Amino acid sequence: MKKVIYLLLRRMRLPLIVLISVYAISILGMTLITGVDEQGNPWRMDFFHAIYFVSFLGSTIGLGEVPYAFTDAQRMWTTFVIYAAVVSWLYAIGSILTLIQDQAFRRVLDFTSFARKVRRSQDPFYIICGYGDAARQLVRELSEHFIHSVVIDRDREKILDLQVEDLPFHVPGLSEDATDSDGLLAAGLKHPCCRGVIALSGDDDVNLAVAITSKLLAPELPVICQSDSRDAAANMASFGTDHIIDPFDIFASHLAMMFHSPRLHLVYEWITAVHDAPLSEFKSPPAGTWVLCGFGRFGKAVQEYITGEGVQTRLIEADTGATGAPLDAIEGRGTEANTLVEAGIKNATGIIAGTDSDTNNLSILITARDLNPGLFTVVRQNHQNKDQIFRAADIDIIMQPGAITAQHILSLILAPLLGDFLNLASDQGEEWANVLVSRVAGVVEDITPETWDLDISPLAAPAVFDCLIRGDKIRLHDLCVHPQNRAEQLPCVPLLIKRDNEKLLLPGMEVQLHAGDHILFCGREEAMRQARHTINDHQALYYIRTGIDRPSGALWRWLTND
Amino acid sequence: MNLEKVIFAFFSILALTLNFGFFIGEVDNPEHHNAYELFAALIVSLIATIMKFGDRAHIGALLLATSLVADLQLIAAAMVWGFTLYVVETGLTPSITSSIVSLSAGALLANLTSVLLLVVETVTFRR
Repeated sequence: MKKVIYLLLRRMRLPLIVLISVYAISILGMTLITGVDEQGNPWRMDFFHAIYFVSFLGSTIGLGEVPYAFTDAQRMWTTFVIYAAVVSWLYAIGSILTLIQDQAFRRVLDFTSFARKVRRSQDPFYIICGYGDAARQLVRELSEHFIHSVVIDRDREKILDLQVEDLPFHVPGLSEDATDSDGLLAAGLKHPCCRGVIALSGDDDVNLAVAITSKLLAPELPVICQSDSRDAAANMASFGTDHIIDPFDIFASHLAMMFHSPRLHLVYEWITAVHDAPLSEFKSPPAGTWVLCGFGRFGKAVQEYITGEGVQTRLIEADTGATGAPLDAIEGRGTEANTLVEAGIKNATGIIAGTDSDTNNLSILITARDLNPGLFTVVRQNHQNKDQIFRAADIDIIMQPGAITAQHILSLILAPLLGDFLNLASDQGEEWANVLVSRVAGVVEDITPETWDLDISPLAAPAVFDCLIRGDKIRLHDLCVHPQNRAEQLPCVPLLIKRDNEKLLLPGMEVQLHAGDHILFCGREEAMRQARHTINDHQALYYIRTGIDRPSGALWRWLTND
Repeated sequence: MNLEKVIFAFFSILALTLNFGFFIGEVDNPEHHNAYELFAALIVSLIATIMKFGDRAHIGALLLATSLVADLQLIAAAMVWGFTLYVVETGLTPSITSSIVSLSAGALLANLTSVLLLVVETVTFRR
């Protein structure tokens, strides 16, 4: 705010000086010109009357000639004063208006109000740098889970987009270069409620700069970065970036998982899916020969992973030289039938349209389908605003880098244990996954499950913690029944218990809880709410453990206690 | 030579000299204190204040403060003058005159501080 006042004062110097000078000259003139009073005696206006007269003349063009009717000389001077005062007022007001509309001034104003909003924030929040597709989804999902965020993006348009977005609460946005440490500090890098920095600017250099700034100024904050290249990822890792996200790599590894254990992938997809999305169906891509169009970052990652699954690929790439495509790659865009035929589309089992142009990808898909209707189709969708067309195209797997990044970050934030769970799960067989699929499908109906973490700590679960400290035994089962009716199971599945060095995958209901346990659940949202109630409420926990609904007031307790 | 500095110093010193011109003379004799001089001192002092707006340096803030003090003192002097002439209608008695002049003396002190600060700033300025 200080800066704004200085700027305002500095710009108002000249208009104010002009205004004061005009008034001073007018007043002086009024006192110097000789007039005539009622008796015809010469008379001079004194300072008091001159100030009075010029003041109302300047602002309202006159109330009349006071205290005596003017002489012609005085009227001539008054005419001058009228014009001079009007012009100087117009100039002064004009400069204020220009200043308010001035870009530099507006930026200072925006910056100040943004910094103030962030400073006053009382809820934990994340700083998100860059507001592209991924960030938009992430902000929306976080706010659905009542987690606040603040956004910085260089592009003013995007910040305007954010302001018109229909979110449950206000998300402050600032159009400022995220590589500028002032911007990050204003966004609350050193704020006690800041929980982490997420760099999603779509530009490796910017993300790198954000990560460096955050790690230097607030080393304890976790930093999550999106990276587009391995070089940048290695560089980010070198100074302690906590999580580096490459959506192409993530997608390629999932695609590989779909080849060797499609059911495990289904579980994965369910528990990481966005809030209230419909349950995705079981898909299993066929092995055989696949045609891969586009050998950029996406194509390279996919080829590396699916070759590892024993899938043959035939490459089509428009610029074989620059991308370093292998010699047997076919040169062309893949949108024409002849290139696809040359790549053997007629005998292929699947096609991956992975160029960086959405239009070309759709064109590849349609041409390929004409040539071979039985193909399994994987299409990359670069921009979220084409959702409608891509959904209408009946594609088996749509790869959206933005959505993948957002989901991945969301699960890092909401359920940090999910990574551990998935690592353990990938060692299990397809049959194990099959059991899990049916258990999860049993509790959720047709929308995707929520995933949540529960810490048995004095802050997060006071009731449970107190019981454990007193030496009472609490089973996992106690957290999975309804706090008002313990015969009713909550619609949730405990996925993992992590304690010290031990990890229990799909723990049984009879497992005893220990203080300090981290538990990962998945299930319906209401189960999450009820379980959170149980762990905070001594009465509810007592009822669940014993079946006795103990009176909570001291008087009732005394009355019933015979 | 910096034109901005010249104009700035010009107004600061002019405010001081005009103020002094009004102040000098017998303290209770209205004949020795001209209304035009007070008017000129006040206007120049106001302009000098505005010239000091928006300076973020520490000495700039100090200059602005002294200038505001001078304005306040001169406005008070002018108001006392107007009040005795048109509201109380006692005319310029020696006691009123001396209070007007002593108010302007206060402004003189503030203006003097202002000019001293200006001199200090110039002396400590190194190329």
